[in-house]
Amino acid sequence: MPSPADIGQFALIAALLLACLQATVPIIGAARGKSSWMAVAVSAGQWQFVAVAIAFFCLAYSFVTNDFSVLNVASNSNSQLPLNYRIAATWGSHEGSLLLWTFMLAFWTAAVSRFTRHLPNTTVARVLGVMGIVSTGFLLFMLTTSNPFTRLVPAPLDGRDLNPLLQDPGMVVHPPMLYMGYVGFSVAFAFAVAALIGGRLDVAWARWSRPWTLIAWTFLTCGIAMGSYWSYYVQGWGGWWFWDPVENASFMPWLVGTALIHSLAVTEKRGAFKSWTVLLAIAAFSLSLLGTFLVRSGVLTSVHAFATDPKRGVFILCFLSIVIGGSLLLYAWRAAQVGLGSPFELISRESFLLSNNVLLAVAAASVLLGTMYPLVIDALNLGKLSAGPPYFNTIFAAVMTPAVFLIGVGPIARWKRASLPELAHRLGWAFAVSVIGALAIPFTTELKPLVRLGLLLAIWIAATGALGLCGKLKGARLKSLPRGYYGMQVAHLGVAVVIVGITVVTGYESEKNLRMNPGESVQVGGYDFRFIGVTNVFGPNYEAVRAEMAVFRNGSLILRMHPEKRTDIVSGNSLTSAAIDSGVFRDLYVALGEPADQSGAWSVRIQYKPFVDWIWAGAILMALGGALALTDRRYVTATKKQRAAREAA
Amino acid sequence: MKRRHRRIIFVLLGFCSLSIAAALALNAFNKNLVFYFTPSQVTAKEAPIGRDFRLGGLVVEGSLQRDNDGLTTRFTVTDTASSLDVVYRGILPDLFKEGRGCVAQGKIAADGVFHADQVLAKHDENYMPPGTK
Repeated sequence: MPSPADIGQFALIAALLLACLQATVPIIGAARGKSSWMAVAVSAGQWQFVAVAIAFFCLAYSFVTNDFSVLNVASNSNSQLPLNYRIAATWGSHEGSLLLWTFMLAFWTAAVSRFTRHLPNTTVARVLGVMGIVSTGFLLFMLTTSNPFTRLVPAPLDGRDLNPLLQDPGMVVHPPMLYMGYVGFSVAFAFAVAALIGGRLDVAWARWSRPWTLIAWTFLTCGIAMGSYWSYYVQGWGGWWFWDPVENASFMPWLVGTALIHSLAVTEKRGAFKSWTVLLAIAAFSLSLLGTFLVRSGVLTSVHAFATDPKRGVFILCFLSIVIGGSLLLYAWRAAQVGLGSPFELISRESFLLSNNVLLAVAAASVLLGTMYPLVIDALNLGKLSAGPPYFNTIFAAVMTPAVFLIGVGPIARWKRASLPELAHRLGWAFAVSVIGALAIPFTTELKPLVRLGLLLAIWIAATGALGLCGKLKGARLKSLPRGYYGMQVAHLGVAVVIVGITVVTGYESEKNLRMNPGESVQVGGYDFRFIGVTNVFGPNYEAVRAEMAVFRNGSLILRMHPEKRTDIVSGNSLTSAAIDSGVFRDLYVALGEPADQSGAWSVRIQYKPFVDWIWAGAILMALGGALALTDRRYVTATKKQRAAREAA
Repeated sequence: MKRRHRRIIFVLLGFCSLSIAAALALNAFNKNLVFYFTPSQVTAKEAPIGRDFRLGGLVVEGSLQRDNDGLTTRFTVTDTASSLDVVYRGILPDLFKEGRGCVAQGKIAADGVFHADQVLAKHDENYMPPGTK
């Protein structure tokens, strides 16, 4: 009987053949108007999904059963590793994460083939064909340079463990979430390219790709928020965003994706900025691809990774230039034909949304500059450097302030033509409320202008949101408003909550790094921390030193915190497991450093982080808004109609 | 005619604000670029004085010392050709070990010692800040 790894290998090859079929036949068929050729798209796509799913589960099975004859398993797992992390280790390596990526792409392909039966055949054939091209690229890359099923002969008795930093519940859910989002943009991309190939870009195109883009964006939002929370509690520094290239890689598609869902809405409702929307759809997916390869190719480790495995680097460059360059060329060729769409006045909802879009694009471009410039300079051997967080922070404060201001104006302004005096009249009160609120909310005696600006913007979003809702509700019932409208309100409120979190925690957090003797106390952020001492404890695959810290507020004990310093038994690597007490208005964060001497004293890091949880709560609100918009009647009835049409046929 | 004028003014305004924004962004970018140097380059006086930079290399075996406050650490970073003493007050990252690579960010003080405000470690199994190898 063949081993699962062999079956997986075979399934990958089968998937590649199916993907090739899916990438060529339907597109040619659509060009020549042959419906039998076009029909290949659906079945090839669905069978490709089956094949990739088999490969994926074979790899997961190899991990679960500790089959160390597979190189990937031997390098990233260990028989001592708990089951959930053995499953997570499936996507813990370069090869495995590529397989997860391809699996997600196949999943989206299958979903598109299943839920687009009401669309014209040529559109479906082209969309699936474009997805097939991307899939072919990934499968080819995997099979030629990064095969997850490479065998190791003779098989070692046990594996080198999974990196202890990755042994965390975050690893189980974060990558799949993030990839669902990343890869989900491939659908919007495929719709855009299909429309460009067809040379027809109408309102229907925007209506079809809108829900797909929204799902992808929702997943990506969750994924990024989860990653941020994960690094907050696992890294032991108490930071929630580092402007690290890995994070930037996921943030760029998010920024462009956010612009895309807004411009798709305008294209659908008003038929305006068509070519801009197409460009955004191409950009969002291109950045997802770039991000995947940046993180996963080893380019980031050092550009010299190209030298260690030139095949990988060259393949990546070729693939990126074919997909990104090809779609941009197609765009340049066809954009004039697509047209700009309906005209609108300078003061109108369209132009507010367009300004917001441009701001988001500028933000994404500056992240791209900060991430790529050091890589390019290094590749050209001009020296080594990196862009520091202050660069990103400065840009974001500058770009996001007007963008957030426009969040308040856009939904209230009229389509096509709005008048400034009327807007000023309607928004005057909201603005006054925001200014007074931002100044009146007491925090500490210390006045921090940036915190006040953050509060002002947050209240502005909430106040204008309430104003818009009141306006809509005049003569209408609460339930009669579309779900999409509520989704927008919730997501915008999420932005307000994130802003409060970011500005307050940045302005008022306090941190102390110090050596503590058992019994010693220190005050941080109005809390007294008393270091009781340390004990030794054992986990499933690690041993740890566990400290006890008693926390007092106004002299009375409120809780005991237990930070740990773990040592992985297999690899000997140590890992700081910080103790965090989360609250609505503040987090307390205690991490152990190293033993200071033999007397039982330790170096510790104690942090007081006000409102930090609002950052993730806000992100969840945004994702909820996206999910709520997805349940909008229009999409649900579209599916029902589709079903009825099928039954009738 | 009037509408057309307004449009031209708007386009000009947009162009001006975009160029100002680009200039500001590039300025911020330029100011916050952190360069990376090896101990040899520092010895050759290629590193800037009084400006933050990143120093990368291996931590010399047996060089790690802790001051009495239990928090200040001193170690030597080498690229085998040349080496430099580093002092850091704070908690070292988990993956910091003697004989392994590290990247420290800070300045060279008048005493010729590199005062680090940040010591970096690996992020995940593939990623390292540029230069640690």
